[in-house]
Amino acid sequence: MSDKKLRIMVAKPGLDGHDRGARVLARCFRDAGFEVIYTGCHQTPEQIAASAIQEDVDIVGLSCLSGAHRYLFPAVAKLLQEKQAGDITVIGGGIIPEQDFQPLYDSGIKALFTPGATLDSIVDWVRTNIKPRA
Amino acid sequence: MELGKRIKAGDIRAASRLIRNIEDNVSEAKTTIKHIFPFTGNAHVIGITGSPGAGKSTLVDGLIEWHRKLDRTVGVLAVDPTSPFTGGAILGDRIRMQRHAEDPGVFVRSLATRGALGGLAKAVGDAIHVVDAMGKDVILVETVGTGQQEVEIINHAHTVIVVLVPGMGDEIQAIKAGIMEIADIFVVNKADREGSQKLHRELMTVLDMSKIPKDGWRPPILMIGNAFDPVEFDRGMTELTEKVKGHYDHLISTNQIGDRIRRKTRHELNEALRSCILEPVMKMLVTSGELDTMIDVLLKKESDPYTIAEDVAGRYLQDCIKP
Repeated sequence: MSDKKLRIMVAKPGLDGHDRGARVLARCFRDAGFEVIYTGCHQTPEQIAASAIQEDVDIVGLSCLSGAHRYLFPAVAKLLQEKQAGDITVIGGGIIPEQDFQPLYDSGIKALFTPGATLDSIVDWVRTNIKPRA
Repeated sequence: MELGKRIKAGDIRAASRLIRNIEDNVSEAKTTIKHIFPFTGNAHVIGITGSPGAGKSTLVDGLIEWHRKLDRTVGVLAVDPTSPFTGGAILGDRIRMQRHAEDPGVFVRSLATRGALGGLAKAVGDAIHVVDAMGKDVILVETVGTGQQEVEIINHAHTVIVVLVPGMGDEIQAIKAGIMEIADIFVVNKADREGSQKLHRELMTVLDMSKIPKDGWRPPILMIGNAFDPVEFDRGMTELTEKVKGHYDHLISTNQIGDRIRRKTRHELNEALRSCILEPVMKMLVTSGELDTMIDVLLKKESDPYTIAEDVAGRYLQDCIKP
């Protein structure tokens, strides 16, 4: 009787202590029936990648409101690739100007959510695109 | 086998995947556990339990730091509760331990209870084996925030630390059965707060009343102050880690470690028997729809639960019910 659960890590990279959004999302993923690992604020990409592997998550959701998303998001995706964990999906959210979308997609970020995105739309995206492994 | 070898070689992805397969009840996980089982039983397993917000994760972080200074490798299994309504969970223990995230000598894995009631997850026993087979010297098992009765940790840990904070009730709480009986070490955490001396006195009284067997161990009571006062917190952590080591040495020198390992092994066998005997029967009853039929029969009072259970047992367990 296998009981596969989706595991998702919610992480805040870089010098950014504004975690209300990340916490609301974590709670929302919990209510969707996912197991949510929350890392807290001020994480380096290295900490996030290492934690994602130790926790065997299906997906990492990065939240960044500081403007450093062009550096931090690709860094996490690249580190996961280097550690043979490129199968872990990386998505992001925060204050992200539209012209940054394509470079982020090109660096391996699979989806981006900006202010105005509904919680349901985020959960739906995860449900549609991510299947628990094992 | 393949996965087993990778785990012994320290492959983190392989280890965390196996823990996940155990949690998800994937049948291949049992095969891998069979392969790694001979290589387990070497680590010192330390349990940390106490009420929600008592400071367990912060103490675990301190224990990681101290063991790493002595060049000992550390595995952490941290349990947080699963929602009874949605099946989801917020696993937030590792927030306090993130300074060790990149240290290759530290492996931290969060687990959700998934309905288990004893303060741990059902997968914890096998997950300890996995971390043990990875070669970690010390395994720290952090329970969910516990109340009075969640004492499952004693079936897994060699040393149990019970973390208390001031202001949680009167002296009757201290003499109640359950969690107050399982401590090898008491920590009065947040001891800079009002009421910590009173709690300390109450614990002393409780211990004064308990019989200590010959070669026995009287659980020490440690006062650990504000985690934001580094000097004071370090002093407390040094004392705690000395007592943890002292308790382990005591278990070995008096050979009580043998009893603890036997208790742990017995528990593990119980779980395996349940999983190999009860679960397949339940699965058959559920998938065939027979279970629902039985419930209908009971609702109509046409039979009773014991008669039905004995009928099922008669089908599968002939040897046990022969007169």
